[in-house]
Amino acid sequence: MRRPFEYVIEKAIFLSGAASILFVALIFIFLLKEGLALFGEVNFFSFLLGTNWYPISDPPQFGILPLILGSVFVTLGAIVIAVPLGLAAAIYTAEVAPRSIRGILKSGIELLAAIPSIVLGFIGIIFLAPLLKNLFNLPSGLTALAGSIMLAFMAMPTIVSIIEDAIVSVPKNYKEGSLALGATHWQTIYRVILPAASSGIIAAVMLGIGRVIGETMAVLMITGNAAIMPTSFLQPVRTLTATVAAEMGEAVSGSLHYYSLFAIGIILFIISFIINILADMFLNRSRSRR
Amino acid sequence: MRDTRRYERIAFNLLLLATLIIIAPVGIIVFIVLWHGLPGLSWEFLTAMPRDGMRAGGIFPAIVGTILLTIGTAVFSIPLGILAAIYLNEYAERNWLTRMVEISIINLAGIPSIVYGLFGLGLFVSFLGFGASILAGSLTLAIMTLPVIITATREALGSVPNAFREVSFSLGASRWQTVRGVVLPNAIPGILTGTILGLSRAAGETAPILFTVAAFYLPRLPESIFDQAMALPYHIYVLSTQVPNVSLKVQYSTVLVLVALVFVMNLTAAYIRSKFRKRKTW
Repeated sequence: MRRPFEYVIEKAIFLSGAASILFVALIFIFLLKEGLALFGEVNFFSFLLGTNWYPISDPPQFGILPLILGSVFVTLGAIVIAVPLGLAAAIYTAEVAPRSIRGILKSGIELLAAIPSIVLGFIGIIFLAPLLKNLFNLPSGLTALAGSIMLAFMAMPTIVSIIEDAIVSVPKNYKEGSLALGATHWQTIYRVILPAASSGIIAAVMLGIGRVIGETMAVLMITGNAAIMPTSFLQPVRTLTATVAAEMGEAVSGSLHYYSLFAIGIILFIISFIINILADMFLNRSRSRR
Repeated sequence: MRDTRRYERIAFNLLLLATLIIIAPVGIIVFIVLWHGLPGLSWEFLTAMPRDGMRAGGIFPAIVGTILLTIGTAVFSIPLGILAAIYLNEYAERNWLTRMVEISIINLAGIPSIVYGLFGLGLFVSFLGFGASILAGSLTLAIMTLPVIITATREALGSVPNAFREVSFSLGASRWQTVRGVVLPNAIPGILTGTILGLSRAAGETAPILFTVAAFYLPRLPESIFDQAMALPYHIYVLSTQVPNVSLKVQYSTVLVLVALVFVMNLTAAYIRSKFRKRKTW
């Protein structure tokens, strides 16, 4: 009874399912293929821990520590801003907001997620940078802080929606039990609901970090792009992602510079891999509690 | 007792404040872009080639480039994404292979966009010899969009009640006939919504197309899929950071066109979702 078409389409369905594994493997293989060539010439540890990034000097120096620290600075700043605000907004949307405006709030957060990062970078150059420049009396407003603020807004939709899911999926009887014992709604939220949603909250923070570390265009435009060891949030920095975006255009295919940018890609791939696996573990834990 | 009530009121007001801090910038950005962008918008701006080193004229090739890239992304990612979701939701058993597929999708969703750019450069542009082209850019964007489409489709398929499948099986339909005749038709609105959202993200992306397709300045339309193309997001980057003395009016109007494109796609998705949610009777 099985018609040939059905056989073909079911094979196609299976292959499409398995294709995701193939793509992840291909991405890693091609990063390795172009990136590992660097380590024939450059010691791995002087790549990872070197403090000088002068890829086109003679002799060139490929130390990415300033870039790693640039990413760390911008990410830390963004998370410090985004997590408290995102947590608060998630609580408000899930627990406090009247039903009638809940939909509006959610659409607003979805629209924030929809704004392309290049547009946020553009707005950052025109409004945020001059504002910071005047506020802190700086030679330029294009700083790690500017990047952190802009990236916080990019991470917030992720953080809000995952925490909100976690809060909504806390069993109803937890809440009812607490209210029945005479606790106020607010006491119930921070003593009962938030602890019960903690796995989801951790996952949200991790995915927020992943989103921020990987962001490219906005940081390229508003962090000032100085590949030096960062010491303060009020100075220009350069992230791993921005370095690849800014320099690949000029790197000669097959040169050490070209390989070094792919090597940065390997580092980024590994970071995002670890973050996503960990976040998934926490998400599964928060789901299995239901 | 009165104190705890007061704490609650203060806490709730702070939560509201935080929510407003997140949402207000959306409104402010939209207002700023409209306010400064609308005056520069004209039929000529939308349909003419750029002139004077992109400081005057229009942005026609960038609009066409972005539309072509979005179509190319759709062509590759929609069939693959929907089939993969059907596999996960309708066929796959709970085993290590399914778990591997799920982990891969989660990782595809988290890989930084610039790493997709490197991958596209390594595989499509260099190794397969497509060069910087619409084909290479579309394929790169398609793989990046795939996890969004798979996740949304899977959710849509999952929301179709199991009773529907059981009735179909009991009438003697095969698994594929059930998927084709019963599950998919009921999941179409959810699939459409997720797909449009995924494509709107692809349309606004810059990093993956930097080295795989984007042309700095190409005042003509692409002739084949092996041609480079201009694209709106990259054009914004070029205008705001690479070319000196571009008037703010031109920059804002270009930003407005991209934001309008992305928002129209998002609103369409939201409209489909709300329309069909109301029609749902189960």
